[in-house]
Amino acid sequence: MNMLFDGLPRRALVALGLFLAVLLVAPWLVNAYILSLLVVVLYFAYAGQAWNVMMGFAGQLSLGHSLYVGLGAYAAAMMFTKFGVNPWVGLLVAVATTTAMGAIIGFLAFRFGIGGVYFAILTIAFSEFVRVGFDHWPWLGGSGGLFLPVANLSSNDLLNLRGAPIMFYYVMLAMCVAALGFCRWLLGSRLGYYWQAIRENEDAAAALGIPVFRYKMIAVMLSSAMTAFAGVFYAFYYNNLFPEQIFSMGRSIEIILGPIIGGLGTLIGPIVGAFVLTPLADGLSELLQWAGIDVPGVKQVFYGICLLLVVVFLPNGIWPMLARRLGLEREH
Amino acid sequence: MALLEVVGIGKHFRGLRALHDVSFSIPQGAIHAMIGPNGAGKTTCFNVVAGVYKPDGGSIRFDGKPIAGLRPDQICRAGIGRTFQVVKPFPGLSVLDNVVVGALNASASVAQARKEAMRVLELLHLADKAKHPAASLTLPERKRVEVARAMATGPKLLLLDEVMAGLRPTEVDEMVAVFRRVNQETGLTILLIEHVMRAVMALAQHIVVLHYGEKIAEGAPQEVVKDPKVLECYLGEEAL
Repeated sequence: MNMLFDGLPRRALVALGLFLAVLLVAPWLVNAYILSLLVVVLYFAYAGQAWNVMMGFAGQLSLGHSLYVGLGAYAAAMMFTKFGVNPWVGLLVAVATTTAMGAIIGFLAFRFGIGGVYFAILTIAFSEFVRVGFDHWPWLGGSGGLFLPVANLSSNDLLNLRGAPIMFYYVMLAMCVAALGFCRWLLGSRLGYYWQAIRENEDAAAALGIPVFRYKMIAVMLSSAMTAFAGVFYAFYYNNLFPEQIFSMGRSIEIILGPIIGGLGTLIGPIVGAFVLTPLADGLSELLQWAGIDVPGVKQVFYGICLLLVVVFLPNGIWPMLARRLGLEREH
Repeated sequence: MALLEVVGIGKHFRGLRALHDVSFSIPQGAIHAMIGPNGAGKTTCFNVVAGVYKPDGGSIRFDGKPIAGLRPDQICRAGIGRTFQVVKPFPGLSVLDNVVVGALNASASVAQARKEAMRVLELLHLADKAKHPAASLTLPERKRVEVARAMATGPKLLLLDEVMAGLRPTEVDEMVAVFRRVNQETGLTILLIEHVMRAVMALAQHIVVLHYGEKIAEGAPQEVVKDPKVLECYLGEEAL
């Protein structure tokens, strides 16, 4: 426990505690719309954190993380609708499925020396294969979609993840906190050091005794395992799954924008990114809708502009700058 | 018994014969140097020993075991640390973290690795830079970080590839003193590729000279620098 907070200045601890306190009481203070927005924010904060393990820590660029979200979602939804298995047990199936998928992609890429952009393209390709596969798998609804029985909003059933948005909010908040703690621990462990070494320079990492293949595999498998939960959550929160949507590349991009804008490889970056991007993009669409202006694709254009601004003005992302300004940086 | 025993190794790159029938051996606890003109195959020889390239033929024995064909990380774990001629620091990590990565090779925990890394940094006069990002260092400093990282892996044999290049004479003497001290205190065996003859003459007990991928001479420093073949291809008549 001590290690998790080691080196953090007092004001950073206070800020973290305050932020968490605000998030804990927020659902009781905001309306249904803001709550639904916050659920999405937390979802992207979690998925971004999972993606960051692979790219931010170990330097392996995945542009197909919607693959793991989709597989996780379908695995748990299948267990629930076909076999009546509750989502927490379904999560185990989901994690096993996504981890196996990650292992296959990782093995093919790293065994045959596919790196950099070619690895990224491979992740897109697999995501597309699987999307097409699910599109043509009638047992799981095919392109017509897979539906979960709609929740009874009057009672919250945590075991079966059936309930009101507020329950989903707290579940996701808990997972975000767990993911943050887990990633903090990872980064300070042997694993974290080895990953960062591989990210910075693979040849040098190997020369220092690091079995590069093994540690890259661990990164991909851990990241895909963590992402499975985002999928399970998605399935039970939205209650409908369409291969066209959930496996789409657009979804993958949405996941990675948060960590990139917030600060690649940092622990708080994915959270900051999600809290900045999602409300702004959603607020913009709401505003335009309210003004009666119909601009299709405005969200995507907005994401593009945000990415451009960050790349030009804050190439390390928002969080490193923010942490420095506010004196919240970790001391070694 | 020799710690490193290289017998008749060769390496071709397509048509280019980078190494041909090169043999040498280094006894435990010795400091040897490898010299030769640019393109002689010195770095290729290091890369073959360190596992970056597989030799086309010949054998390499380290500590009594054959190591030819092993991967670089396996060779590091077997006890050979190396630096790169073209430095490869982890630019985004602090100097300390760079060395911690190396120290983890021989440490049971991160805390222990950090302690060991700090010790090595002090040894190489880098302690005051520990928290700086590696990217912010000057080239000679980055070379020292390379050395620190390799030394932190706890090797029995250290391969140093031109770590003195770009240093001022006083800095060269400082580095020479460091290597001599480590060699005497811990018995670390060192093989260095070096153009800075000041360092070679001060450190090496034995010199191997490569030219066009072949060993053209070897022996005690005083003899090698007088060898007409070496003078002709590398050192020149004016040397020393």
